[in-house]
Amino acid sequence: MIYYLLFFTTHDVLKAEKVLKKNKVAIELVPVPRNLSSDCGMCIKFDGDISIIKTLLHPSEMDKCLSYDGKDYKPVNL
Amino acid sequence: MLDKNMIYFDNAATSFPKPKETIEQANYFIQNIGGNPGRSGHALSLEAARMIFEAREKLANLLHIKDSERVIFTQNGTESLNLAILGLLKEKDHVITTSLEHNSVMRPLTFLQKEKHIDLSIVQCSKNGELDIQRIKKMLKKNTKAVIINHGSNVIGVVQPIGEIKKAIGDITLIADVCQTIGTIPINIEKEHIDILCFSCHKSLYSFQGVGAIYIKEGIELTPLRFGGTGSKSESIEQPSFLPDRYESGTPNTPGIASLLGGLTFIENKGLTGIQNKKRKLTKKIVNGLSRIKEIILYGNHEHETGIPVISFNIKDKLSSDVGYELNKQKVYTRIGLHCSPMAHKTIGTFPQGTVRISPGYFTTEKDISKFLDAVRTMAEK
Repeated sequence: MIYYLLFFTTHDVLKAEKVLKKNKVAIELVPVPRNLSSDCGMCIKFDGDISIIKTLLHPSEMDKCLSYDGKDYKPVNL
Repeated sequence: MLDKNMIYFDNAATSFPKPKETIEQANYFIQNIGGNPGRSGHALSLEAARMIFEAREKLANLLHIKDSERVIFTQNGTESLNLAILGLLKEKDHVITTSLEHNSVMRPLTFLQKEKHIDLSIVQCSKNGELDIQRIKKMLKKNTKAVIINHGSNVIGVVQPIGEIKKAIGDITLIADVCQTIGTIPINIEKEHIDILCFSCHKSLYSFQGVGAIYIKEGIELTPLRFGGTGSKSESIEQPSFLPDRYESGTPNTPGIASLLGGLTFIENKGLTGIQNKKRKLTKKIVNGLSRIKEIILYGNHEHETGIPVISFNIKDKLSSDVGYELNKQKVYTRIGLHCSPMAHKTIGTFPQGTVRISPGYFTTEKDISKFLDAVRTMAEK
């Protein structure tokens, strides 16, 4: 499953990127899909098991997390 | 080409030369990255944002700040102090400061006296720059909003105990101007509980000119000085509330911040203690040398050996401008006059004539000092 992690600021995106990369989680920084609303222009795209994200990032560090099945975006509780 | 024979003794104004790390990092940015940070999703914009993020993290690390987003980049120490003072003080607030402050504190304060009728108290320091904390305590009022302290004097190099002052004033906001101390004296936000820290990055953090920063403790809300684009929350026409974006509207000085990243790497490599010890040694050598020339009037008390390499002197009744002019002819670059600090010069008794200020830096050599002392000796004996 593909997930989009949305943040409030570029600073927060980069902070999360640093943590995830340090833990060797394969992620990509991408522009926030235009059909989503976000405070920040960039977000983290992740393809895999969301449980690893749950262990490394705290929900308070994030705006929201959405899953994407190729058609719909659904909110995910972290 | 850099003139190897010149002696640069104006590091308190801006450090020179810069470490190679500063130049390399800035070069790397200019030649390979060049994008506008956080404004677009393309690789160069992202790389620029990553570099700023790294610089912010390193700065937070140097100051023992837990959340690096509370470190805001500005243009210089003056902008940081303006943001702190103009952003915090409201109509009729009471504020306490000292008689050693720079005009980057005094001018916004006197502006607010006229515009917002703030109540300003100035603690008189001794001729040597000592500050009596009890006098600050006695000045506190119900409506005291802030105490503003010059951590290290840009005129006589005296260092104030900001941690103790914070303890004495309790919940009142302490704004510390650490332009002359950061990068030389260890500052620990977690231990000293300073509320707002203002500084430039082009002095002892070795960035290019045009970079400053401010740390704002959680819970303190300042009115921004600049409003505008941040690359975040773009659908809203209101200024974002989250940091660092709230205070960083507009394209930053990214090449300058790149140079800061290099400067901070240099400090990490050398170690703050090593840097402080080196400056301590250089300062001591100059103070000792000057003390031995009987025509020299040396200001302030250098016995504490804090390592802040700021030394003010005059040669008997010679004008500081004449001394500076003569030294310049011999390729010794000093700063003469009032150093943007008229009140500090009134405190030490050198207003309006001023002093000759010498401020060596990390790259000053013992040979430079000997050459400088010889020049001063010759001039004094004339």
